[in-house]
Amino acid sequence: MRRVAALLALALGPVLVLGVLFVLPVTGMVAQGFWIDGRFAPGEVLDVLARPRVHRIAWFTVWSSGVATLVAVLLGLPVAHALHRLRLPGRSILRAAVLVPFVLPTVVVGVAFRTLLGEGGPLDFLGLDGTPIAIVCGLVFFNIAVVVRAVGSAWESLDPRPGEAAAALGATPVQVLRTVTLPALRPAIVGAASVVFLFCATAFGIVLTLGGVRYGTIETEIYLLTTTVFDLRAAAALSVLQIVVVVGLLALSARLRQVPDPTVQRVVARPRAVRRSDGPVLAATAFVLVAVALPILALVAGSFEVGEGWGLGNYRALTSYGDNQALLVPVTAALATSLRTAVDATWMALLVGLLVAAIVTRRSHGVAERRVRSVLDGFFMLPLGVSAVTLGFGFLITLDRPPLDLRDSPLLVPMAQALVALPLVVRTLIPVLAGIDDRQRQAAASLGASPARTLLTVDLPVVWKPMLAAGGFAFAVSLGEFGATSFLARDDNPTLPVVIYRLIGHPGEMNYGMALAASVVLAATTACVMLAVERLRVPSLGAL
Amino acid sequence: MNHASVRAAATHVTVALAALSLAACSLTGSGSGSGTEGDRGTEPTGEAESGAGTGAGGTVVLATHESFALPRKLIRQFEAESGYDLEVRASGDAGTLATKLSLTADNPVADAAFGIDNTFASRPLGEGAFAVFTPSVTPPTSYVLDDGADRLVPIDTASVCVNVDSAWFDAEELEPPQTLADLADPAYRDLFVTPGASTSSVGMAFFLATVAEYGDEWPSYWTDLLDNGAEVVDGWEDAYYGDFTSTAKNGTRPIVVSYDSSPAFTVGGGGSTTAALLDTCFRQVEYAGVLEGADNPAGAEAVIDWMLSDEVQSALPESMYVFPVVETASIPKDWAEFAIRPETPYEVAPDEIAANREKWLTEWTDVISR
Repeated sequence: MRRVAALLALALGPVLVLGVLFVLPVTGMVAQGFWIDGRFAPGEVLDVLARPRVHRIAWFTVWSSGVATLVAVLLGLPVAHALHRLRLPGRSILRAAVLVPFVLPTVVVGVAFRTLLGEGGPLDFLGLDGTPIAIVCGLVFFNIAVVVRAVGSAWESLDPRPGEAAAALGATPVQVLRTVTLPALRPAIVGAASVVFLFCATAFGIVLTLGGVRYGTIETEIYLLTTTVFDLRAAAALSVLQIVVVVGLLALSARLRQVPDPTVQRVVARPRAVRRSDGPVLAATAFVLVAVALPILALVAGSFEVGEGWGLGNYRALTSYGDNQALLVPVTAALATSLRTAVDATWMALLVGLLVAAIVTRRSHGVAERRVRSVLDGFFMLPLGVSAVTLGFGFLITLDRPPLDLRDSPLLVPMAQALVALPLVVRTLIPVLAGIDDRQRQAAASLGASPARTLLTVDLPVVWKPMLAAGGFAFAVSLGEFGATSFLARDDNPTLPVVIYRLIGHPGEMNYGMALAASVVLAATTACVMLAVERLRVPSLGAL
Repeated sequence: MNHASVRAAATHVTVALAALSLAACSLTGSGSGSGTEGDRGTEPTGEAESGAGTGAGGTVVLATHESFALPRKLIRQFEAESGYDLEVRASGDAGTLATKLSLTADNPVADAAFGIDNTFASRPLGEGAFAVFTPSVTPPTSYVLDDGADRLVPIDTASVCVNVDSAWFDAEELEPPQTLADLADPAYRDLFVTPGASTSSVGMAFFLATVAEYGDEWPSYWTDLLDNGAEVVDGWEDAYYGDFTSTAKNGTRPIVVSYDSSPAFTVGGGGSTTAALLDTCFRQVEYAGVLEGADNPAGAEAVIDWMLSDEVQSALPESMYVFPVVETASIPKDWAEFAIRPETPYEVAPDEIAANREKWLTEWTDVISR
């Protein structure tokens, strides 16, 4: 009991942060729907859940996100293997490039997809425009990076010897994969899949653009009900439904992630040369890279189109305010804001994430303590799965009075972004910290090291490089975040995705081209940041 | 709701966060913002500092939607002449703004608001978000709301109309459509694209035009429209830049829902290559108001009076693609020539919209999902 209490005391800081920045706003907004004219009316809210339309939307959400997750994992695994285990030429550049889709603004990618798939596009013959398959393709495009990066980094440092031993005993490559490699990767794969599922289930712009408004998900429906229809009761019902689905999923993934002994032997990555038997993996990787590159190339090509010819005009215009006063600040200033915001979001996410990971991974004594830890683990994943609309409006109505008068604070944007990045950071750090043998800490302690010194000499050397990787991921999330940011960002200080959205929404000859050029700049910036992180030569990464 | 206990418990976290944030980049970024300072730098220094305030002062906050834009020069001029610092907070679409103002009616996010249109006006008015206010310039009565005229002041107007690519129709030697009924004519099969009513305010305006024309029979008109190959996309951007033959790279549809002013943006070779069909229009009027419980009501009134001034009104077309409501304002040359306004646009009363919006959208979504 004392240990559980100590654990809770340690967790108090991160829990309070999440409580203020997440639980309070979401409950505040949901409560708006539950209290009708000052009367608590849960029955009427739950009646909403009986509507056939709600069933259709819930089913579509689960179905499309499930399929997209499955496809992303199946396509991501060979890429992860090829880019993290094989000695491919230019692989660090490819690794950075794979992460680019993750940060592209959905509105721009949506248009790029439609110029490929839509009427008159080169892939029109597939007949995918406006179908659920197009939505799934879009979701996979955005999220495959999560699988490649998370599983790849776990795979990279996996000890190859058990697999080699199995092979020496006569196991075929397929048997080795099935009985040795995949079981070892299971926590990483399940972790990545659950993050991808949450991203898909709360995807917003891409569903609207590619689904041609015929298909709604819980997320798009909450937006519609809150802003257009102003039916807060129905929106609250759907928010509750969303939370229930997400909690269910998190419980399931925690169960699937469990392995008897989380302590893993990690080795310094030593990629091996490409063999003839790698053919299928390389073919699958090439397919994925080309498929991901197509919409991006369409985007890059569009950014160089000026009038009837080609040129750098769109890029030169990035220091201007756009045609017809489209912008209040030039794109270059927005890029500076984006980078500044990303730095803040990153340190916030890392600080809280490290605390959470440390708390969750300490060895548990007894069932109660383990339960508390696994509940905490799931709790910090929640922000990924809850509607940005509910959270955004919740900020406005709950954080509006002292002592929590945050809604005008310039820190609100990085805080919201840190909240989105936090689950990725936590999922990256947990496997690494869990992999440290507790006996090392005990040994250090028995030799007279203080807890701080133990942390410094045992935990930190293992964790600092995965922390850099997690920081890179958080940075990328912050650079690309649009949903919450567009809601909270101030007009005089917009981030790059907000400016891109604004450009595309304003008529004017140059504005569309500038939006494409700005997207390319955003993509290139992200790729450079990722490349820099790669350069730090992280030999033993964690996994989601 | 009472969150007092939770808030009290969380106080020290806020303090901790605040302490940490002293070193934060975002704070330094916005405090002595590179944005604002950079702007000032490009301006002749005399102008920005010469206009000493008229005794008033402080910051006045204007909440608006993401399409808001006005020349920086005008904003600085207002600040210099009135002595207020104008802080514009623009985010989300018109629906988001309406919801935001309604939810924060007891503790407003700003002093004044601009961008509530006639399709959303009844929501914040019903929640008591706006205070009674009389502007110093009397706006023309034709734009004033029947209900809420004492609180919401018209600032601009624009009509959502079906646009056609005249060049395309000339090349095909096909007579362009004229009316809503024509759009369901098999001669125009697979040629029409519109943003969705559920996801776009432009799409909503077009939908309301069909409601005004066909009354309760609108579902059968929309069924005909879809049977005739109409495409429904997410937003105005997707339709105009993704599908419209005149403005999209690989566009295949020469009929699109856009604005009456859109032809002024496709001018080339002495004429516009597109035209608005003036019998298909729904008129949108955007309003401004002083928020109830504002910290700076005097500043809010000054901002709205300023928005009704000839300078701002004349800047509206090129900044926000809308027409001024004040008759003494001037209109750009291309607009006078190519942006022709409908004389008798369709109208639906704001309270009728408010009462039926949910029912209509549900039915509409069902019709287009079939």
